[in-house]
Amino acid sequence: MTLSANGLFWSAGGTTILSDVSLDVRPGEFLGIIGPNGSGKTSLMALIAGIRRPQRGDVLLGGKPLQAHGRREIAQRIAFVEQQAETTERITARQAVELGRTPHLGALTPWSKADDAIVDRALEEVDMAHFADRLWHTLSGGERQRLHIARALAQQSPILLLDEPTNHLDIGHQIGLLQLVREQDLTVVAALHDLNHAAMFCDRIAVMQGGRIVALGTPAKVLEPQRLHDVFGVTVDVERDGAGGCFIRYRRPDPRPPRLKLVAGEGN
Amino acid sequence: MIAERPLLFRTGAAFAALVLLVVALGVGAAVGETAIPLDIVAKTVANRLWQAGHAIEPIDEGIIWNYRLSRAVVAACCGSALALCGVILQSLLRNALADPYILGISAGASTGAVSVAILGIGAGALTLPAGAFLGALVAFGLVSALAVRAGRGTGAIILAGIAGSQLFNALTSFIVTKAASAEQARGIMFWLLGNLSGVRWPDVWLALPVAILGLLVCLWHARALDAFTFGTESAASLGIPVRRVYIVLIAISALMTATMVSIVGSIGFVGLVIPHAARMVVGVRHGLLLPASALIGAIFMIAADVLSRVIIPGQVLPIGVITALFGAPAFALILSQRRSAL
Repeated sequence: MTLSANGLFWSAGGTTILSDVSLDVRPGEFLGIIGPNGSGKTSLMALIAGIRRPQRGDVLLGGKPLQAHGRREIAQRIAFVEQQAETTERITARQAVELGRTPHLGALTPWSKADDAIVDRALEEVDMAHFADRLWHTLSGGERQRLHIARALAQQSPILLLDEPTNHLDIGHQIGLLQLVREQDLTVVAALHDLNHAAMFCDRIAVMQGGRIVALGTPAKVLEPQRLHDVFGVTVDVERDGAGGCFIRYRRPDPRPPRLKLVAGEGN
Repeated sequence: MIAERPLLFRTGAAFAALVLLVVALGVGAAVGETAIPLDIVAKTVANRLWQAGHAIEPIDEGIIWNYRLSRAVVAACCGSALALCGVILQSLLRNALADPYILGISAGASTGAVSVAILGIGAGALTLPAGAFLGALVAFGLVSALAVRAGRGTGAIILAGIAGSQLFNALTSFIVTKAASAEQARGIMFWLLGNLSGVRWPDVWLALPVAILGLLVCLWHARALDAFTFGTESAASLGIPVRRVYIVLIAISALMTATMVSIVGSIGFVGLVIPHAARMVVGVRHGLLLPASALIGAIFMIAADVLSRVIIPGQVLPIGVITALFGAPAFALILSQRRSAL
């Protein structure tokens, strides 16, 4: 199942958020999207997930425009984990994951043992099976995030879109979760904050700046000190391990920079 | 999980619910200023429905059939419809305080009904329920537009609803004071507080189909309503056609509210409290929450109607007074138990 974006344009309240964004997601790859706050990562994720409709350009799923697919048909092919979806309902951890079966169940389809098994497996995958009966509001941010991932896994869609999935997680769970996602037989597009995680887990990385994709390629190709300085305003050393892997080391800024550089605030 | 027990369990639960409802209707018809034994109620129903030919006092039969039973059935329909509206609005708007009364939908329906009844808007082409339906839709449209402008926060829709109900209540009072005769005005003021006194069988044939249709439409959307747990974007990513579901469910709750308001006036707290009570009993899954709310709402309204008839001998209280007297403390209790929910 292929997913691609062609010339996407999106604006909100008179401000252009995305302009002319094109992207081909290759089946089976782990594609990372990096970029500073407000560079358009979240908007791009919402557009390719079909949650929002682009004002210009289109998103193609299996060669057909997204709007030509039914909402449910899209959900059977694309699972999407947005940032920090919350609820005040007294729902259990397990019930939150069970929602992932929604696109596979009609109004009259009974819940089956197979659905139960899928939910069980998803809970185990994110290491939350022992918390299955806990109520949502008693769980930590990290535990909730793992349940969102479990819900997406229970959806069993071949394409998984993650918007900053490792927010709120401790380092062990951050790496564990990315490894878990990586091990799945899925096409993954993930907006990521941590450049080293992007380098470790992604097959390809798209770099966003000011609503455009300014670079796209393997981590070793994309993660250049000059580019990271231009996009993120940070000074880094990039170490390469010879096997195509690379590691980012951040350098502390000079104690008194000649000119203070302001980076645009949160806006996604 | 509870909502997905085997077929046998669900059939059993549905049967038990039906039995409970029938018993409540029977008790509703038996209790009153003159108490009539339950077996007379049963015989009356048998006589009327199956020409059973039981020998009973014609006066008893008349009271039960012509006054109390129709009244109990309408009370049941009204209670379940308002409770269903509460569930729908609370889930779609993700707000524990949402219900037709607080959001001004009932007030809008009242204004619509009064406009038709007193001002003669629609020149006879609009019936009272149709006027109420239009009023309900206008009120909901206005309140949601105001809420969106005010910033979509959890509180915004409630504040907009308060503004909306004040406005529509004022409009209703204005119309009544300006155009109605003193006699008309008295009747309408009584009706506005919620009143089942004038209810007869023709009202049943309006309330019952709407309540059943409402229940079926809600049950059809039970999974969709579950999917709104984490918000509209999450629902969309789970394959729910969000806009269509919104339109269908808002329309059906406007229809239910308007129908019930046009028959019994606007009644508060049922739509607000019953869904919370039902959640405590059966949990948050709509497959079970919707029928449970409908059942509890129906029984609560039958009981409230009985109380309104017997609490002051020789006088009938508006049923809205009873629902508020019980609903407000119950709601306070629920609020204090789930502080995190707002």
